[in-house]
Amino acid sequence: MATLVFFYFAGVIVLTSLLVVVLRNPIYSALSLLIMFFHVAGLYVTLRAEFLAAVQIIVYAGAILVLYLFVVMLLNIKREERYHPQFPFGAFLGLTILTEVLLLAYHRSVVNEPASPLSHTARTVPNGQAVATDVAPAAGNTEMIGEVLYSTYLFPFEVASLILLVAMIGAIILAKRDLFEQREG
Amino acid sequence: MVPLSYYIILSAIVFITGVVGVLIRRNIIIILLSIELMLNATNINFVAFSSYFQNVVGQVFVFFTLTVAAAEVAVGLAIIIALYRSKTTINVDEFQLLKW
Repeated sequence: MATLVFFYFAGVIVLTSLLVVVLRNPIYSALSLLIMFFHVAGLYVTLRAEFLAAVQIIVYAGAILVLYLFVVMLLNIKREERYHPQFPFGAFLGLTILTEVLLLAYHRSVVNEPASPLSHTARTVPNGQAVATDVAPAAGNTEMIGEVLYSTYLFPFEVASLILLVAMIGAIILAKRDLFEQREG
Repeated sequence: MVPLSYYIILSAIVFITGVVGVLIRRNIIIILLSIELMLNATNINFVAFSSYFQNVVGQVFVFFTLTVAAAEVAVGLAIIIALYRSKTTINVDEFQLLKW
């Protein structure tokens, strides 16, 4: 059952991510990316990361993608008719890397097949080891993330807020039309 | 329980799709969308490993990736608007001022 659910989500994710690249109209690309975000959120739920699933939908689908759609509709772009001239090169490179990864993964899975009981023990062991960042899974997902985020990773959290501030100021300065013209004139 | 390697293969496929999208498309908006694809592929990897090792640190890092993605989108779209104002196109081939 879990495998079936995974394959549904994985299939839709791969299909929509291909559509993002292939479709000509940017609006259709953005909408298929929206479907992909929702299915990635579903994948997070099956991995017991419920908080991230909610954040994925709120931030990615609710904020980032709406921003994309705003810009696409603001610019009123004509459909582009052609791919880049380096299309064969890019496709060749992508296919090469894909084959490489798939071969590597297949090889790995064949090699690791007898060692799968070991991986099952490895999954249960970290609860016993008292690592500082390990929180007992008895608490809820959001509580665990909050405890780690506001204790161990407090400094990166503050840096992230600084990044957002810089991005906000930068976006305003770049997109405002007559910020510097007024001062000159 | 789904094996970890399935998640890694899925994220690799999505990531490579993003790379190919950056390489072959000429529309800057689609290129930014492909970058979003790549960031999402890394997020899938982070969450899969976090679930596999029963460790929430991976999910915390997804949080930071999300922050960087939001910042990148805000600045990137502002740059696109500024570019469109100067040339009334968003085809990457038209912007070759720095090209030798």
